[in-house]
This record gives sequence, C-alpha cells and structure tokens, in this order.
Amino acid sequence: MAKEYKTLMTEIRLPYEISYGATWTRFFEGMAEKKIYGTKCGRCNRVLVPARSFCPRCFVDTTDWVEAGQQGTLTAWSYVSYRYFGMPTEPPFISALLRLDGTDVDFLHMMGGFDMSDFEQTRKIVKNGMKLRAVWKDERQGHILDIKYFEPA
Amino acid sequence: MSKRVAIVSVAQNAGAESADNFYDQAYRVAREALDKAGLTREELGTVVTASSDIFHGGISCANSYYWETTGAFLKNASRQDGESLFAFFYGVMRILSGQYDTALVMALCKGSENPPNDACTLMFADPFYQRPVGLTETTAAALQMRLYMEKYGVTREQCAKVAVKNLDNARRNPYAHRKGDYTVEAVLNSGMLADPLTELEAAPKSEGMVALVLATEEKAKKLTDKPVWFKGYGSSLDAFFLGDRDLLNGQLGNAAARAYKMAGIGDPGKQIDLAEVTEPYAFQELMWYEDLGFCGRGEGGKFLDSGATAANGSLPVNVSGGVLANNPYVSRGLQRIVEATLQIRGEAGQRQVDKQVKTALAHGTHGFAGQCHAVAIIGS
Repeated sequence: MAKEYKTLMTEIRLPYEISYGATWTRFFEGMAEKKIYGTKCGRCNRVLVPARSFCPRCFVDTTDWVEAGQQGTLTAWSYVSYRYFGMPTEPPFISALLRLDGTDVDFLHMMGGFDMSDFEQTRKIVKNGMKLRAVWKDERQGHILDIKYFEPA
Repeated sequence: MSKRVAIVSVAQNAGAESADNFYDQAYRVAREALDKAGLTREELGTVVTASSDIFHGGISCANSYYWETTGAFLKNASRQDGESLFAFFYGVMRILSGQYDTALVMALCKGSENPPNDACTLMFADPFYQRPVGLTETTAAALQMRLYMEKYGVTREQCAKVAVKNLDNARRNPYAHRKGDYTVEAVLNSGMLADPLTELEAAPKSEGMVALVLATEEKAKKLTDKPVWFKGYGSSLDAFFLGDRDLLNGQLGNAAARAYKMAGIGDPGKQIDLAEVTEPYAFQELMWYEDLGFCGRGEGGKFLDSGATAANGSLPVNVSGGVLANNPYVSRGLQRIVEATLQIRGEAGQRQVDKQVKTALAHGTHGFAGQCHAVAIIGS
C-alpha cells in the first residue's frame, strides 16, 4: 500500500550455497530412503534427532548412528491460521513437536492426514500425548519435507 | 564491583510509523542523548550500537549509517548484532575497562520499513530443518503457550489480560506505538494468528532509535545530579533447536540469578520496585514473572490477577506498555532500561508510578520462545 510520504520499494535477493556437512548429508540421504536418523551421545546417552555430530549439552562427539522410530508422541502443537512469507503450506496447518520413539529430544514438523479446515473439529482430534506416524512423499529429494506430515496413528 | 557505572541520560523516539528517514531519526536521538548529558561528540569516549542490519533494516550493514548518526566515526567504537540489552552490558564493560569515561549505547531499528516480523524470524530458523517446516517466533510461542496453559491451568483470559494491562498502560506513554482501552474479549477476538495466540497478544513492529549515555562515577557526578547506577547483569542462552529445549523451563531463571547475585538481591519480589520486561507474546509476561522469582512456578496468572503488576501495584511490570505496545525489535531491551531509568529519575511523565522507584529490573529476550535472555538491575 502506498504511503503518504515518498518511499523507496526495494528487495534484497541473494543466493547462498550452504554445506550440509557429513552428518547432515547422511541424515538427509536417510530422508530419501524413508529413514529418520539420530545420533547418540556416549556421555549422556541421549539420542538426538536430527542427527548431530556432537552433543551440545556434553560438548563431546556423538558416538553412534541410530534409526529413530517412524512413530512418536505429540508433545506440543499449534493450529496456524495466519499467512506469512515462506510458510510451508497454505494455512490452516498444524505446527507440531513430537518425540519419536527411541529418541530423547523433540522433532519439529507438521501434522496432517485429516480434515483440519475447522478449528473446533480439529481441537477434538489433536491432543498432546497422542500417537503419530510419519507419512512420506512418493517422490523424495533428501529434504525435511520428504515427510509430508505426521498423521494420527 | 570496585568501580561504579552510571546512566546519565536517555533518549528515544516514538514507536509509531514516521515519515522521517533512518539516517535523520538515528542522528536526532543520539544528538538528544548527548545534549541531555551535556557532551559534545568530541568529548564522548566510545560508542556501542545494537542492530540487526539486513533483516530488521534493509538499508545495508552497520558501516553505512551507524558510525555517522551515532557520533562513532573516528572513535574506538563497536557494535553488536541482536538484542540491545547485551549491548548495554558491553557499554558498561567499556567504562569498567578504565579506557573511557563516557559511552553512548544505542539501538537502531525502524520497524515500519521492514517486512512483517515473521518474514524475518523465519529466516532466523536454520535452512535445512526448521525453516522448511515453517518455524517462526509466533509459531514457536504458540507451541509454548499451549504447553504453559495445559501444565499450570493458566487460562486464555489470564494471558489476554497481559495485553489489556499493557495496552492500557501505553495510553500514558507518548512513545508507545499500539495502545488502547481493550477488554479481554476484544483481545481474544482480535483474530487468530496461531492458536492459542491472537493478534493483540503478539507485538507489532515499531520504530525505535533508543540511546543512553553511560559514565564513570567521577564523570557522572559532573554530568547529572540524578545518576542511575548499574547494579547487576546476567544472561543465559539456550540451545537452538526447538526440540532440544524444555519450553517451560527456559534460561531466564539462570539469567536472573546471575544478575541478582551481582546486584546483591536475595528477595526479588521485595527488593525490586519496578520491572520492564520483553514480552513479544502476552502469555510470556506471566512466565517471566515466575522465572524472575516474582511469584511461584505456574502462578503467573494469579499474580497478574492480584493486581501486583498493575501500574499502581506492589511490583509494576511494563508501565510503559512493554513490547506489546512498542516493538522496535532489537531496540526493545535497551528501551526497557530507558523506561526503568525514567521511572527511577521520576521523569516518566504521565506514566510515572506513585511510589518511589529505587531499584528496577530491565529484561530483554530474543530467539524462538525465549531462547536467549538478559537481565539488568539498575538503581538510584
């Protein structure tokens, strides 16, 4: 919308080429194979997902690769109804944290697989503690959105 | 601390959109802070600025406008990227180094020119994992809010009441951007952003050039008869990945404990007379009450209901209207300390509280769902 005073409309568009590094390369290659990889810290024994090369808490290298469960438990959610630049999909959608089986941190993704056009109906279905499972895209590119969403299990 | 550091002058501009440009607006606020301290640019020791250049100001980087507008060019000056309460402490340390007798600390942001806040905060998420699934400060806060309500039985009405209180307080603050006499119902019906968060429960984007001048004790006594003393500071930074964190047990408690230790505060609820906290989302003010030790865990809603944090309460919080009323993003932490300074000096105009404010707390936060926190204690 034009303002009452003189303004300059400008945009900054710049390309970046960002390295995945060895650990995240392997994690995202796993996505293409419908696998969710974590790494285990040998000191605190937590399984971190997505995989990490080191444990931020213990500040030591992680020791083992672990395949996380395809199912998990919903730990936090929000019904997102506003539009914003870069949003992953048209609203409404559900942003969710879930604890995948066999892991010790929460995994951030989205919920789906059911009609969520009405919030009150959605609220009857979605409860923290409910079980969810990953739904994969048929065409996968080694990307976090190779998982379409997590649906009620 | 062996040496004392004082705030000797403060300046800020109004948060609402203005036709002024960034360059002129920044200069005028810096000039006002120096004039109030009775200092020339040549006499000023050093400058520390805070900003977030590309995302929260699309002009260029710090090198473009900041050194001229803040009087920093040709000086041994510096800047920090991000939340400005961190820059405040950086300025304090420059004085404590013994190399400077005065320092200008200034935060620069002109929110009206920027894209919507969450166009920027999405870019604060990493490009591999959290950004593609749409993490913004608003969605992160919404996840946190539902957890908080479910765990402690805090109601949506209690969360909305924070916005009612702060936007009402803002009516007496000429610098505030958003203000008004809203009901709880109006806040709850203001439009859903990300359930359970509504429009009026989320901070706007505001203009905020905010400046203060620090001085050594010796110099402060020459520059002002109302020095406000630095008493303590603490910060704590949580992990980045949202899923690694306990969203109900964040780092503000640690930041506060460090500031209280430095300031010699054992009973914050009694020893702190007034607080200015950074609450980009209404419910967070309730969580911060708890983390700051003003009330027990899970009792933030009840504490608000008691009236303790109202402008005429025993521990007024965000008499300025807080960040819900004025959100010049990176400048908001420094603005909290400017507001606390005005209250201690008795110079807060219509928003001046009735009781005497001897000790005040200022808080800043940035990152998803309160990832990073800083707390400063100042006093007369």
